Amino acid sequence: MIKKIEEIFFRSLMLISNLLILFVLALILLSIFKKGLGALNWEMLSQRPHGGYYYGKEGGVLNAIVGSLYLSFGATLLATIIGVPVALFMNVYLVKQKRVLNFIRFLLDLIWGVPSIVYGAFGFTLMVFLGIKTSLLAGIITVTLFILPIMIRACDEILKTSPLGLLEASLSLGSTKTETSFRVVLMQSFSGIITAILLSFGRAIGDAASVLFTAGYTDNIPSSLSEPAATLPLSIFFQLSSPVPEVQNRAYASAVILIIIILTISLLSRALSKKYHKNRI
Amino acid sequence: MIVLFYNRKTKNRLSTLWMLIAISFVIILPFILGVGLYYKSSMLFQENSLGDLLFSKLWKPSIGKFGFATFIMGSVWVTFIAMLISAPICIFAALSITQYSRKFYLRIIHPVIDILAGLPSVVYGVWGVIVVVPFISNVIAPIFGAQTMGYSILAGAIVLSVMIIPFILNILIEIFRTIPIELTEASLSLGATKWETIKYVLVKKAVPGIIASIGFGLARAFGETMAVLMVVGNMIQIPKNVFDAGYPLPALIANNYGEMLSIPKYDSALMFAALILFVVVMVFNALMRMLIVRYDKY
Repeated sequence: MIKKIEEIFFRSLMLISNLLILFVLALILLSIFKKGLGALNWEMLSQRPHGGYYYGKEGGVLNAIVGSLYLSFGATLLATIIGVPVALFMNVYLVKQKRVLNFIRFLLDLIWGVPSIVYGAFGFTLMVFLGIKTSLLAGIITVTLFILPIMIRACDEILKTSPLGLLEASLSLGSTKTETSFRVVLMQSFSGIITAILLSFGRAIGDAASVLFTAGYTDNIPSSLSEPAATLPLSIFFQLSSPVPEVQNRAYASAVILIIIILTISLLSRALSKKYHKNRI
Repeated sequence: MIVLFYNRKTKNRLSTLWMLIAISFVIILPFILGVGLYYKSSMLFQENSLGDLLFSKLWKPSIGKFGFATFIMGSVWVTFIAMLISAPICIFAALSITQYSRKFYLRIIHPVIDILAGLPSVVYGVWGVIVVVPFISNVIAPIFGAQTMGYSILAGAIVLSVMIIPFILNILIEIFRTIPIELTEASLSLGATKWETIKYVLVKKAVPGIIASIGFGLARAFGETMAVLMVVGNMIQIPKNVFDAGYPLPALIANNYGEMLSIPKYDSALMFAALILFVVVMVFNALMRMLIVRYDKY
């Protein structure tokens, strides 16, 4: 009987934990949407801040939306150019060197955990060292460093599952390792790689701490890499710290925009991975 | 034909070269990070000893006194309370998801975890300001007879605990799933109930993994910046209870980047704060990783 009560007790704890998780997500989304949807309008999306915007005058956060997109596209592109070859190298060239591979994965896991604010601080140091000002470029470099381990590790997890036989078959037919990497192994795991890239993009667009020092902030839309760029998370942060209620409401609306972008990316990656999953061997 | 062959070889060489450059860069990245931060913060060591920096409470940048104890304590408080909240929730949720849940429920809970994991920290911060802060000042604090605006250690901890739930939960689910099904089946066939099997076989076997997952969560929570910054109050004081405002290390860095270059050595001090975060997180992650590797062998 006591055994039974114990089980019931712990099962109800499990139920409560699950309910709490579901409840918290609903609470987060509902509370922000409730506050933000009221202030969200076309002007928010289509205009950059006019004079007096931060005292409640008209304008929108187009500068931050565009800045965030530029920054994340740039960083994701750079990280893909560096990260995907690294993941391929690990799973084609080094596939037999278990010790080396484990060491690299260990290192990647370590830098994967480094907080983004540390990358921000480091990016600032790098910026001073290279002699560039707070700009889109500096932001892109910092965010690239931040998402690089995430992307490599995610790609690696996918590529790890590609069958060794496929690799051997391709090599034995006379393909070079490059051809094997890019035409066989990469294609085989294409959906997973896309998911990994989208995941990194989501990280890049949502992170504020790493661009705080490096990307600067401006009301203009950047027209070159050397100009500062506003980002959506920072714009939310700054608007929220304003004492003017209208500006605060816009912060909530901006948060709604950010959430919608993130949810879209998440849905997109789900849909893509389902679509391409059929083509796998 | 020869030209074609040559082209393929050149292509192969070039791409291999690029891969080698890229992977070398990735391998030395942690060292560059560490050395870069150390180099920038080394100016602090001329006048302050390491012990002073870490254990002194005196924070007077204008006279060159940098004691980080207040900020370290702020980080430790927020992190530990967050772990106290989220660790049990994660363990129970992971158990029920891996042991009891039906397929139908899994199709709901997995996307929920993914979305929680994907939400940016600023969004958690906004939620903290809208919901958690007023809840603390209007509901929780009066119960304990405390007066607070709500911007407090507890608010930071609650927001943080929600943020790290998906992170810990994913690791735990992974760990419980890797435990061989034969073990639990053997226990069940010997007449143990489901709960006894979970308690004496599954959880017992997973102890190192559970510890590691909590360790990873701690490291993650320790460096979390924006969300905590927005709700924790940012007052330079050692908190006496959870309703006091605190000032964690990441918040210190993020809040003061503006004045960084106007006060001498202030930039070094902020880089030193980043270095502390970097070292703590790296060491913690390395230890936990080793714990998992050793336990995988058995």
